[in-house]
Amino acid sequence: MEKNRINKTYREINEKIRSGEVVVVTADEIIDIVKAEGPIEAARRVDVVTTGTFAPMCSSGAFINFGHSVPAIKASKIWMNNVSAYGGLAAVDCYLGATQPCEDDPLNKVYPGEFNYGGGHVIQDLVAGKKVLLKATGYGTACYPNRMIEKEITLRTLPNAMLCNPRNGYQNYNCAINLTKKTVYTYMGVLKPNAGNANYCCAGQLSPLLNDPYYQVIGLGTRIFLGGGEGYVIWHGTQHKPSVKRTKKGIPVVPSGTLCVMGDLKKMSPRWLMGASIQGYGCSLVVGLGIPIPILNEQIVQYAAISDEEIFTQIVDYGYDYGNGISKSYGQVSYAELKSGFITFRGEKVPTVPLSSLVRAREIADVLKKKITKGEFFLGEPQFTLPG
Amino acid sequence: MQSKILILRFPKTKAQKPTVCHLAKNFDLTFTILNAAILPRKEGIMVLELTGPRKNFRDGIEYLKNQGIHVQNAAQEVKRDKNKCTHCGACTAVCPTGALSIQRPEMRVLFDQTKCSVCELCVPACPTRAMVVRPANNGFFE
Repeated sequence: MEKNRINKTYREINEKIRSGEVVVVTADEIIDIVKAEGPIEAARRVDVVTTGTFAPMCSSGAFINFGHSVPAIKASKIWMNNVSAYGGLAAVDCYLGATQPCEDDPLNKVYPGEFNYGGGHVIQDLVAGKKVLLKATGYGTACYPNRMIEKEITLRTLPNAMLCNPRNGYQNYNCAINLTKKTVYTYMGVLKPNAGNANYCCAGQLSPLLNDPYYQVIGLGTRIFLGGGEGYVIWHGTQHKPSVKRTKKGIPVVPSGTLCVMGDLKKMSPRWLMGASIQGYGCSLVVGLGIPIPILNEQIVQYAAISDEEIFTQIVDYGYDYGNGISKSYGQVSYAELKSGFITFRGEKVPTVPLSSLVRAREIADVLKKKITKGEFFLGEPQFTLPG
Repeated sequence: MQSKILILRFPKTKAQKPTVCHLAKNFDLTFTILNAAILPRKEGIMVLELTGPRKNFRDGIEYLKNQGIHVQNAAQEVKRDKNKCTHCGACTAVCPTGALSIQRPEMRVLFDQTKCSVCELCVPACPTRAMVVRPANNGFFE
């Protein structure tokens, strides 16, 4: 490997944040800076590049400890606002998953179901400070004789609550179309028949992992913007798959790396954690996630300067193929094309539909930029980076 | 000329009396009765499409109200809750009229209510339930 001309450490950058000299730009802004000044000059001048993404992330949820009652209970079944949480943990610990629908939800009995309330919505209600009705049952033991409790909880009065998402921030994602003759309702949104629309869900050039394609800086201990508060990358996420086909610039052309993240739910906000109802599919949680990329050298800044024209994904059929385990690409498109509003598929213009909010992704990158510039957010140096 | 679909609710005391015929007789309005029923507690409900010159229309409604009849505009509209909309864009997949569209390059979701046909497809398609159906502005009737 070539030797880098610019070499900075986390410590030096944090020192600059403390003294107020730090230079922070967003992943949008760095593109033109590297183009104009070249990577070496850019790496010399810029210390941090902020990224952001805001989209439904189904593999999300919260560990909640709801406190002991008198007489004590070993809760084996738990519901919050009638949404079941997993209780196979210690007495009053549970895990509330984002996609768990409300017990009396009609699901897909009348297709497509609406899924108006689920785990993601309970999480949003909690961070909004709303009262949530908790019900728990247990089988009764000598040390935990109680068999049923019911109480109102609020996030403030809960002993502990942490958001813990085993898979967030997918590095790239499919572009979904439907080649069947019927409309399908998927986690990639409504897909009209005969490739009537092409849906995609990725923040492109703003997306955290696309700005660090080889995981040179993101790893266990990276401090991040999570749900409006602070969180950490605590592991690589489930289905993390670094060994996929990549472009010359290192960008995976199919879904690749993922993040497992965690943070204190009590410090998060309902603006950045929103319950989602995905027609015909289920409930989810829209998560706001942003990662600061420390510009340790010119190589890292070059990766961070990736633009939508250089990020590609595959067109995948969600009408039949996806559900039947057929991984077939019907073509490759760039995010620049997807964001233009149309792609050309089999010689025809197909309208594109985003599912990931770029407006909010940009806002996250800006919030992070401001926090770091003001000395309110410091970089976390990872113990080790994600497996590459 | 003005034409609107109205929902009329008649109290028990009025349900048996001739009322809407006076709209034609005294106010020169024409109407089509789309639905009418006497409910178990003897109140009446009628869905009426009423047509006529604007002034007569107003006077006719005034007359109905003076008779103790509750008049409601049946028209509905779709509105966007700005606090709930995240500008994700999912709604643009289903909107058939282009009322919901994306402003580029900002990627903001725009909602042009004048293009909205109130098909309501966006309501369940919106992940955060930002699109809501509600009765159209009733100012005129209240």
